[in-house]
Amino acid sequence: MTYKFKLSKWQLFAWSTGLVLSAPLFFLLFESLQGNSEVFSHLWDTVLWDYISNTVLLILGVCALSSVIALPLGWLTAYCNFPGKKHFEWALMLPLAMPTYIIAYVYTDLLDYAGPVQITLREWFGWQSPSDYWFFDIRTLPGAIVMIALVLYPYLFLIFKTALREQSFKLVQASQLMGLSPTKSFFKVSLVLSRGSIVAALALISMETMADFATVSYFAVSTLTTAVYDTWFGYYSLTAAAKISGVMLLLLFLALMAERFSRRNQAVFERQSGVNSEALYILKGKSAWLATAFCGTVLLVSFVIPIAVLLNYAITYFEKAWSAEFFNYAWQSLKVAGVVSVITIALGVFVVFYQRIATQSYPLVPGRLASTGYALPGTVLAIAVLLPLTLLESSINNVLEPYNLDIGLLLTGSVFTIVIAYVVRFYAIAHGAIESSFVRISPSLDMASQSMGKSQGQTLRLVHLPLLRRGLLTAALLVFIECMKELPAALLLRPFNFESLATHVFQYVSDEQLELASISALSIVIVGFIPLYFINRSMEQHT
Amino acid sequence: MSSLILQGVSYHYNGTKVIENLDLTVGKDEIVCLLGASGCGKTTTLKAIAGLVEAKHGSVFIDGKLVSDESTFIAPEHRNIGMMFQDYALFPHLSVANNIAFGLGKMSQSEKQQRVDEMLQLVHLSGCADRFPHQLSGGQQQRVAIARALAYKPSLLLLDEPFSNIDTQVRFELIADIRRIIKAQQVSAVFVTHSKEEAFAFSDTLAIMDRGSIAQQGTPEQLFAAPRSKVVAEFLGQGIYLSAEALTATEYKTPFGTVESDMQTSCYPCSGELYVRPHQIELVQECQSDKLSKRATILSRRFIGSAYVYKVVIAEQTLEVEAQYGQSFEINEQVIIKIKPHTVNFFES
Repeated sequence: MTYKFKLSKWQLFAWSTGLVLSAPLFFLLFESLQGNSEVFSHLWDTVLWDYISNTVLLILGVCALSSVIALPLGWLTAYCNFPGKKHFEWALMLPLAMPTYIIAYVYTDLLDYAGPVQITLREWFGWQSPSDYWFFDIRTLPGAIVMIALVLYPYLFLIFKTALREQSFKLVQASQLMGLSPTKSFFKVSLVLSRGSIVAALALISMETMADFATVSYFAVSTLTTAVYDTWFGYYSLTAAAKISGVMLLLLFLALMAERFSRRNQAVFERQSGVNSEALYILKGKSAWLATAFCGTVLLVSFVIPIAVLLNYAITYFEKAWSAEFFNYAWQSLKVAGVVSVITIALGVFVVFYQRIATQSYPLVPGRLASTGYALPGTVLAIAVLLPLTLLESSINNVLEPYNLDIGLLLTGSVFTIVIAYVVRFYAIAHGAIESSFVRISPSLDMASQSMGKSQGQTLRLVHLPLLRRGLLTAALLVFIECMKELPAALLLRPFNFESLATHVFQYVSDEQLELASISALSIVIVGFIPLYFINRSMEQHT
Repeated sequence: MSSLILQGVSYHYNGTKVIENLDLTVGKDEIVCLLGASGCGKTTTLKAIAGLVEAKHGSVFIDGKLVSDESTFIAPEHRNIGMMFQDYALFPHLSVANNIAFGLGKMSQSEKQQRVDEMLQLVHLSGCADRFPHQLSGGQQQRVAIARALAYKPSLLLLDEPFSNIDTQVRFELIADIRRIIKAQQVSAVFVTHSKEEAFAFSDTLAIMDRGSIAQQGTPEQLFAAPRSKVVAEFLGQGIYLSAEALTATEYKTPFGTVESDMQTSCYPCSGELYVRPHQIELVQECQSDKLSKRATILSRRFIGSAYVYKVVIAEQTLEVEAQYGQSFEINEQVIIKIKPHTVNFFES
């Protein structure tokens, strides 16, 4: 019965992958509950509550502002026709490609005392010094809220728009026949019906906000993320960092619960037949131009201005930015991203294949376990990965000690750790993408192959892999891009000789010299466009 | 020797019994059809034969060789079974020739080529070797699927609703074609469908499935004429139940008068139900002399091409009766219902 033996081999592989990739999370949970740390008690007594309240305020602020921006945008593009609508529909997603620290830097530069906006105002009104007028300070918590919301609102926009599209127009039309104005019908029908999707999108935005390190660090707003970073680099206390991460896990858990809870309703509310493609309202005259102006302003502020400034930097400082440094860091980023893509795809293929063929109980658990890393903020993930690796390193060193051997910091002091961290963090992306292309392969192909005498391994090689080729490429690309963009984990884990494009850009942002890294910054933004293309395409296939 | 024997096979999924204590025998070169309503376990039975699901109890023999029981389980790839799927399951990335060659194991390239050519000829697709599945019509895809399933000379061919995606106009042509191919290759086959017309046209014998086991197995005529249970009777054709009493070996008393059977029953006197099909009922113009017969009233009339179907009401019971084209009644007309002498289907209560 070679059959049964092989099956258990797949099972063994899938479960090992699941356990290894989720190990950091378990280590983190254990450490944050068990370990004793003076540093943490000190933080707890002094600043930790400020960090927590800042984090919560930041999340609430970003959610509120995102809603104010994204809900009208979603409604306009889903239900109305107005000049430029077709273009706004995709263009309004572009800010997702923009790292928050870049937009934060650009606006700081523009709105600072020495920036063009204030200079112009002073010239116009003849003010002499800062005491002559009041101007808001962008490097504050509200400033951070605005910057992050400008980048994250597309999540809500996208999800809300899709939810509206899937609702039957008839409901809105019925409400209108019963005397509701379009505005009232928006609040009483569309909004209520889509609240599941809205909560899910806000949960996603909360998680991303909590994970943001660069903006708050640049604006010197202390949140839990910066606390993890500072604790590690300030005190080198892994336990204290783990405990702060534990607090973040709690917040994360709340967000995930909200998301799960909202999904239950979704099933009930959003199963309408068909998808609407026509517009419900055709805006005319003033209201049409107001709609265009609103979309245009959002696009201008969140994307056009920052990208224009970046381009301006890149052209003005081309000689300095187009440097050997840029190529060196780009190459290092490419290498790491390439290796991580290959590893995640390979693991993903086997784990998803196991899900497909498994006859044992809980076939989905290994994949779920392996995907847990994606929910962790980069800083938390970095700490979580360091925990088992330092343990492993010191036990290897203990074993080798009698022989006068020592691997030193071979694991935690090298790119190895970054690769591991990225694999843990981005496995979920690969898994999801592979899973969705696997389900498109009819199960009868497997049965056909098996009935013709092919083993499961042969079926994977001869039938699945050729059919998955395109899906695997997409999955690899998505992982690759995320690796190129990832910042906080890289900042925490990078060895001295390693610099990725993202850390390089952030370094220059911190040093107030983004001009010199403008080409790197632009590359990150451009690379970020690629997944948007895929999201947009899959949305279009939906509609 | 039988090609396939299933003895007491059971399969449970998540606590529900999908197949329960199922027995089935397929003779050499015989085409057996598993016929039943959807959800009765037909496809699962097929999968259990192929080894795509593992039966919990019972044993399966293919060509006399035990392939599955409580302690044995031969993997599907070692059972030498050909299978045809509802969606044909042609590999979209392989050409027609490569699809057909997929199951040809250890053969030289020229032998494979020869076998592929043979199969293409058999299914009349000789010019299509280098095409890809998406370039073929539904019927052509189906013929590739059968060629692929037969190419490696399986001991047994399984067909899972292979005709359900084919237009009704060409379906029966194709059925005849595939039957010809299977018979030409001299292979035993198990065919699953929920359509009795397909089953009648395609198979040698029928096995009616009901709630996970075989209700009755036999030739279509046998099952139609002498169903052993109500399920079988109902599945093979519409009809109505009349309460009846067996008076003698050949006479039954019903609300519509006495019905004569041309078969003798051993059970009399006893009571039960007669299952009467529309073609066994006759409508007769009311005539004064026949005062004893009960009168029925025509409720509605429906033209179905070769005949009329009347809905009539009698003694508060509504029934449908088929009447020949020439014979026409008006709505609300009083008629007399007669049941023609036939081999009755009597179910004792």
